[in-house]
Amino acid sequence: MSDVKLEERLAAALARLILDPGTPPARHIAVGAASPLPAAACWLVRKLGHPVRLSLLHKRSGNPFTEGTRELFDLTGQGRIDLFFLGGGQIDGQANLNLVGTGEWPGRDVRFPGSFGSAFMYVMAHRTILFREEHSPRVLVEKVDNVSAPGVNPPGVFRRGHAQALVTGRCVFHFHPDRARFSLLSLHPGETVESIRAATGFEFDIPAEVPQTPDPTPEELALLRGPVCDEMLETYPEFCARVFNRKAAA
Amino acid sequence: MTPTTLEAMAASVPDGALVAMPPDNSLPSIALAKALVRRGARNLRLLGVPVAGFAADMLIGAGCVAEIETSAVSLGEAGFAPRFSAAVKAGTLRVRDCTCPAVHTMLQAAEKGVPFMPLRGLIGSDILAHRPDWKVIPNPYAEAGEDPIVLLPALQPDVAIFHAVMADAEGNVWLGRRRECATIAHASGRALVTVERVVPGNFLEDERLAPGTINATYVTEVAIAERGAQPVALLDEYGFDAAYVADYARMAKTEAGFAEWLAREVFSDRAAAAE
Repeated sequence: MSDVKLEERLAAALARLILDPGTPPARHIAVGAASPLPAAACWLVRKLGHPVRLSLLHKRSGNPFTEGTRELFDLTGQGRIDLFFLGGGQIDGQANLNLVGTGEWPGRDVRFPGSFGSAFMYVMAHRTILFREEHSPRVLVEKVDNVSAPGVNPPGVFRRGHAQALVTGRCVFHFHPDRARFSLLSLHPGETVESIRAATGFEFDIPAEVPQTPDPTPEELALLRGPVCDEMLETYPEFCARVFNRKAAA
Repeated sequence: MTPTTLEAMAASVPDGALVAMPPDNSLPSIALAKALVRRGARNLRLLGVPVAGFAADMLIGAGCVAEIETSAVSLGEAGFAPRFSAAVKAGTLRVRDCTCPAVHTMLQAAEKGVPFMPLRGLIGSDILAHRPDWKVIPNPYAEAGEDPIVLLPALQPDVAIFHAVMADAEGNVWLGRRRECATIAHASGRALVTVERVVPGNFLEDERLAPGTINATYVTEVAIAERGAQPVALLDEYGFDAAYVADYARMAKTEAGFAEWLAREVFSDRAAAAE
């Protein structure tokens, strides 16, 4: 299916991870402002008929929180957020995230915006899916320069969940918190184990068989381009214009 | 309640004050931030609740800020905050990096008048490693093991500044569900609030308005600033002006471009008359 856009493939791949039966059920998912693709994946899950509650933090009309943004963190602290999404300017082989910047603290080389809620959400949500479209040695590094949020904690430190997977523009990795390592789960079209190795700054495990990341089904594509885009127009106008060629009404 | 003027409000914020402000999605007073630039405020310590945006970048670029405590500084879809990034690189700005729930928790401790509150997470993050004022103790209620947990000190800003839709005759202000502004007002020594308009009556007499109201007890001064949140959105009153912020992001990439932008949008007669 050559007319599938990469974003559509990624949204479908994220949706499959959300629904992965080997993970705790995603009854309540929170999505942040800078996450149009994870938001599209969540809407896809909803439009496929799964009864999931979506809290879109930056929704202007109908925002879910009436006590301010601290509600997200209070809910997560209680264990009432099943799934969250995070990215990073750098992500390393132990799933440590750097959202602060490169070079000396606090990012004297290249400063990123900052850690947002990652140092809490990564630890306290039941699971986290990592998403970063750019898959290059400058993003996927052996060791992050600064740790905004740790991939694992030593035993005895309270931690509710970990990274489930890392989705990039080239492949999907599965994360194993018990050994703090990624393994290759699937390759997007055009990629090989060797091309992934060349583009990745950290070491990872390679199963004997690595399948291709499946195409979105015709049903998924129709939902993404129609009802999912409808839901996303207000919060992510630039994304909808770029990917679905749809503009919000003035 | 008699409203003050925007410029008098800006004059009442002393140099060196710890100033708490909400981010672009939660009713910052851009009008007051511009007035602070015009008055030449210096050495402000900003607190982004829990992150900072357009107003903070402008204040940093104008030389008003010595230190910022925040979980991020960003212009949203317009990208990285250019004057903030430049100041970090130059080493001219002290940055106390935080994480969102820690900002809320420190303010909630101040609201309650207790010296500290605990927060989960953070252990293993370099944020904690760079915050000597944050302590890790064994959870005294743990049933087994040490269960280390982070304690955060109460944080009382000198001044809270934000924008609300309206004030009433009693000095109550209404801003709907953006209750982080209420937390800032409760926790701060003074709250300076700009509003679109002042209306007769008392919001607290109206069951539908009362839950979105901040009681005048917490509101020190009100000033009228029509479209005072622009270019950011104000609830259902007006939307986000993406073109304005994109223009800022482009011009503020360089010191000279930023100076030109300030002259046009903050210091010119046209800009002053619009506020």
